[in-house]
Amino acid sequence: MEKINLEEMKDLVLKYVISEYVEDEDEKITFDTPLISSGYVDSFSMVSLLVFLENRFKIKIPPSKATPEAFDSVNNIVFLVNQYLK
Amino acid sequence: MKDYYRERCKDFDWSIPEEELGYMEGNIINIGWYCSDRICLKGKAFNIALNYEDFGGVKKEYTFNDIRLAGNTIGTFLRKLGIKNEDRVCLFMDRIPELYFFFLGILKIGAIVQPLFSAFGDESLYVRLKNAQTRAIVTQRKHLFKIRKTIDRLPDLEFIIIVDHVKNRILENKEVAFHLEELLPIENFDIFPTLAESPSVLHFTSGTTGQPKGVKHVHYSLISQYLTTKWVFDLRDDDIYWCTADPGWVTGTSYGIIGPWSLGMTQCVLDAGFSARTWYRFIESYKITVWYTAPTAIRSLMKAGDEIIKDYNLSSLRFLASVGEPLNSEAVIWSEKILGKPFLDTFWQTETGSIMITNFPGMKIKPGSMGKPFPGITGVILDPKTYQPLNEPGSVGLIAFKPDWPSMMRGYWNAEEKYLEKFVNGWYLTGDRASIDSEGYFWFVGRDDDVINTGGHLISPFEVESVLLEHPAVGESAVVAKPDEVNMEVVKAFITLKPGFTPSLDLELDIMNYIRKKLSPVAMPQYIEYMENLPKTRSGKIMRRLLHAKEWGEELGDISTLEED
Repeated sequence: MEKINLEEMKDLVLKYVISEYVEDEDEKITFDTPLISSGYVDSFSMVSLLVFLENRFKIKIPPSKATPEAFDSVNNIVFLVNQYLK
Repeated sequence: MKDYYRERCKDFDWSIPEEELGYMEGNIINIGWYCSDRICLKGKAFNIALNYEDFGGVKKEYTFNDIRLAGNTIGTFLRKLGIKNEDRVCLFMDRIPELYFFFLGILKIGAIVQPLFSAFGDESLYVRLKNAQTRAIVTQRKHLFKIRKTIDRLPDLEFIIIVDHVKNRILENKEVAFHLEELLPIENFDIFPTLAESPSVLHFTSGTTGQPKGVKHVHYSLISQYLTTKWVFDLRDDDIYWCTADPGWVTGTSYGIIGPWSLGMTQCVLDAGFSARTWYRFIESYKITVWYTAPTAIRSLMKAGDEIIKDYNLSSLRFLASVGEPLNSEAVIWSEKILGKPFLDTFWQTETGSIMITNFPGMKIKPGSMGKPFPGITGVILDPKTYQPLNEPGSVGLIAFKPDWPSMMRGYWNAEEKYLEKFVNGWYLTGDRASIDSEGYFWFVGRDDDVINTGGHLISPFEVESVLLEHPAVGESAVVAKPDEVNMEVVKAFITLKPGFTPSLDLELDIMNYIRKKLSPVAMPQYIEYMENLPKTRSGKIMRRLLHAKEWGEELGDISTLEED
């Protein structure tokens, strides 16, 4: 896949999270906004977010690493994804 | 601990809780009053009823007098809107304090509470509001977009009550703002004189076929909910209770509101998504003593590892129980080893309204067993062909109960025929299979139908298949349960594509998100398998059974009716 820097990756993930999981335009989501603990993304929805990340970045995240803590903010997600990028 | 089971089964009568609650046949019985006013009258007005914390750590505390006044104020507000007894008022919001207060307020005016899981998508919401002919819905701003998508198709819905409206936003059609703190607390309130058989709560549940069914409960259900809470959890006056269930589901109302508050217990509510650390910290902070949760949550805690538990002081925990799906023996053994006490399994359903089979305090625990019927409950295993009780220990059959306990459902809303189908030879059929051992313990085997139990949520394959067919790429669909380590089962969809579409990971994600938004995250297929053709009978019916067997590694059984290519 094409080279992507961390900032671009953060923007891309944030944009996806907002478009798919946040429908109230009043909600201000940032790179640090809690996603799991705040309820924007629940444990079932985490599966579709994981599929998105694996498709988009052509990676495989082991189930043991896909924890609520690892998915709890865009920053956390990007940190996780970055560990599996070749 | 003393074995109370034998003692309490002896000479059991439902007059025991009636007397404790001061209820006599023919009296007024109103759950809203019993859960607030009565507790205040018993001298607990300034005891804490609710310790609330949100995901950001914001804490709120309410006494029984606070919740009594809130219920009165909400009742007055609803009456001013013209809401009257037996009108359906839907609660569609996260676990915020207003949800609990509205629950009481709606019941106090004799209206019917219709709680719905706030993660439901617009289609799930629509079918349930339409079926119940709901007159008002109470919600938060964050869920408004789903209601606005359905409102044109819901002529009976007159009011959308928003509990966190901000003044710079425009209220649209039928929308009403509500702010508890801006209203004068109502001290004296004329509670509607509901009787034992007056309808109280309408929870929706899914079956294999057809649309979800509204399960009608009545105010008399309190008798069962009060006693089962008291006896199963062995509650004491100084207990701090935490039921982790969302009030969108029956556990969250029977044991997350009615049971504990009718006993005057302090309960805690955490409005935050699951994480092991958050939960352990919550238990530590509030010194929770009695904890009622679900096997999926326990397995998620096990998955998070035992190391992190050492960072928290969980010594306050005195009693642990579980509900929603079968509790595997590994989870019981884990909790005994790590938390120092076992989780006790309880079994019941939306329809039963209260716990039916349980591991009673003090009873010998058999890890993996459901336990024994609650005192006063006649539970049996029926032969699936003759519907006669099977008396041979270990025989597998249908779990059935003699429908004579107070919280049994009184019907399915607008679905009398479906309701009657649940009874055979005077037995209520649960739709679950089990066996009974020589000591009277029940052992769960599985569902007797195609309903999927994922993390304690029942999902109708029919409902998911129907919405899958609305996706532009999907030609045919069949939905089955797939075994899952944490959630017990998850949804798997087999689909064929319409001409012009080709299988891809992007399409798979698009289909998953489509179901998630239309129905709910729990109904979203976590696995999608593309097929050229689905297996069908010669008459063209999709053989879901074969796909299920494939997922579970079971024998395919009779395939003589399978369509030949």
